[in-house]
Amino acid sequence: MRLAEAWRVALDALRANRLRSVLTMLGVVIGVAAVVALVGIGTGTKQQIEQQVEGLGSNLLLVVPGRLEAGSAPAASTMNMDDADAVARVVGDRDRVAVTIASGETVRAGSRSAFASMQGVLETTPTVFVRALDRGTYLTRTDVTTGRRVAVLGAGTAATLFGDRDPIGRQITIGGVRFRVIGTFERLGQSLGVDRDSEVHVPVTAAQRLLGTDRIDGLAIRAPDRERIGELSTAVVQTLSDRHPDTDFSAVTQEQILGVLGDILGVLTGVLAAIAGISLLVGGVGVSNIMLVSVRERTKEIGLRKAVGARPRDIGVQFLLEAVLLTTIGGVLGMALGVTAALLVDRFSPVPAAITWWSLVLAFGVSAFVGIVFGVVPAQRAGRLDPVVALRTE
Amino acid sequence: MTAPAIVATDISRTYDLDGVSVPALRGVSLTIEPSDYVAIVGTSGSGKSTLMHLLGGLDRPSGGTLLIGGRDVSTLNPAEMAKLRNETIGFVFQSFHLLARTTARDNVALPLVYRGAGRRERRDRATAMLERVGLAHRLDHRPNQMSGGEQQRVAIARALVTDPSVLLADEPTGNLDSTTGQSVLALLESLNSDGVAVVLVTHDRDVAARAQRQIVMRDGVIVP
Ligand SMILES: Nc1ncnc2c1ncn2[C@@H]1O[C@H](COP(=O)(O)OP(=O)(O)OP(=O)(O)O)[C@@H](O)[C@H]1O
Ligand SMILES: [Mg+2]
Repeated sequence: MRLAEAWRVALDALRANRLRSVLTMLGVVIGVAAVVALVGIGTGTKQQIEQQVEGLGSNLLLVVPGRLEAGSAPAASTMNMDDADAVARVVGDRDRVAVTIASGETVRAGSRSAFASMQGVLETTPTVFVRALDRGTYLTRTDVTTGRRVAVLGAGTAATLFGDRDPIGRQITIGGVRFRVIGTFERLGQSLGVDRDSEVHVPVTAAQRLLGTDRIDGLAIRAPDRERIGELSTAVVQTLSDRHPDTDFSAVTQEQILGVLGDILGVLTGVLAAIAGISLLVGGVGVSNIMLVSVRERTKEIGLRKAVGARPRDIGVQFLLEAVLLTTIGGVLGMALGVTAALLVDRFSPVPAAITWWSLVLAFGVSAFVGIVFGVVPAQRAGRLDPVVALRTE
Repeated sequence: MTAPAIVATDISRTYDLDGVSVPALRGVSLTIEPSDYVAIVGTSGSGKSTLMHLLGGLDRPSGGTLLIGGRDVSTLNPAEMAKLRNETIGFVFQSFHLLARTTARDNVALPLVYRGAGRRERRDRATAMLERVGLAHRLDHRPNQMSGGEQQRVAIARALVTDPSVLLADEPTGNLDSTTGQSVLALLESLNSDGVAVVLVTHDRDVAARAQRQIVMRDGVIVP
């Protein structure tokens, strides 16, 4: 039998059972769509976060207590402002050092309230991290030294508390203590599911008084010289270790963060793909099941074809092609659906998605492969049927 | 005289029914010559269909030797058997066995598909064969749009489209009224006079009487 003829026969058979073919295909469509969409979301998230981290600049150094290793719990900080001053002396420029002490607090303005991440910081923060203001001004050095109760609001917090009104100069309370709003940040969006627009920056001194502590959680340094960021990192960690012999300190660069995040998000994408792959597998089992039913239903037809000269191979190929057609047509539809879903998610939800050609190739290849693998058993069964027995079947 | 189309020597066929062996044929010897017109008669269950399936290469004997077109079927694999059926045998079943969703022409053309014949050739030969059996006006009809006699003639056209040397018909008139049956028989007779060996199974004495030769079967053997 010519292959072109075999394709035609397979297509005819699928058309004759249109509803069943469509339902069988649906399993594959959903599986492939899930693979494409979820891999797209995983990839998109990874790209977005990498961009954000890259946006930090390649000469940023983050210093935190504890070891940055998989499995080690974050250590409680023992650092305080004296440590920050010591680090500033190592760096040689106070403006290049930022500190933070963070705490989740309820922020109120009149009758409205919002939950926000209060960050006690230095006036150097906008230059160390790149943060742009929408309105007003940022904290000044005097604000920090005098512990003045002034606050800069994230765009989300500002919107929740004040709506369309201008928040500048208005009173808010953080953890029950009164602060005056002096500025708002530009909108940033989310990263890794964290809403970055619900931060409230206040002078580190005011935050420490509010929290009743003199510790700080961490330090960030914008290194003057990118080439010598390694040396600087060692010197800073050494200084801190001398001051706190019992504590480990870690300094990480943007590259290291990218490496770790890339690994984590790569695994995440892989897990998503694997979950979606399972649904593709289930779709494949559905195809196999329907093909077995189809072989049984058409036993008589198989017997007749054999009686007039079909070889076992001709029959086998015909059923295999049917299975492959089901899964590849399903695969193409699934790709279209998956791409559409990913684009819609990207456009209308905060979750980013990016379509990668390899996920399309993979999904299509896997669906065709599934067709072959799950079509082989029914096809062999059909090919081996005895013509007399098959013709006798009712 | 040319070589016989089919030579069966002491062939038997035993079915296995849940461990119990049922002997359906118990040593049958038979030669079909290229110009033969043979009628096989016998009571129900005597093994006529079993014999026909063997003669047509649809099944293999449990014992004895069977030569179809000069080839010993015990030496052939399933694919070679399929080729043999396709090239030398035309089989007409009592219950027609046409593909339901397929037109008369495509039903007739089916054996040619497995020869690798092109579309055009299949079409032309199927059309010619349907004209031959008097169905030129039914080319695009499906089986459920045709009478029993018409369906049986489509089945005969399908059996003949490959120019077989032997036509095997298992009760070809069994499902037809006598007039329609007569026209099918007339068709078989004219084929035989054109040089196709015809073997048919029948319960009808009159039909059997029209054959050159009669073979009577009982309990899986030929009654002398
Ligand atoms: N597939 C099978 N399995 C078991 N026994 C079978 C099988 N096919 C036929 N037989 C048995 O073999 C014997 C011969 O059957 P066969 O069909 O050849 O009879 P027949 O002469 O064609 O009868 P009829 O005139 O009713 O068509 C019967 O006893 C039947 O029960
Ligand atoms: Mg019978």
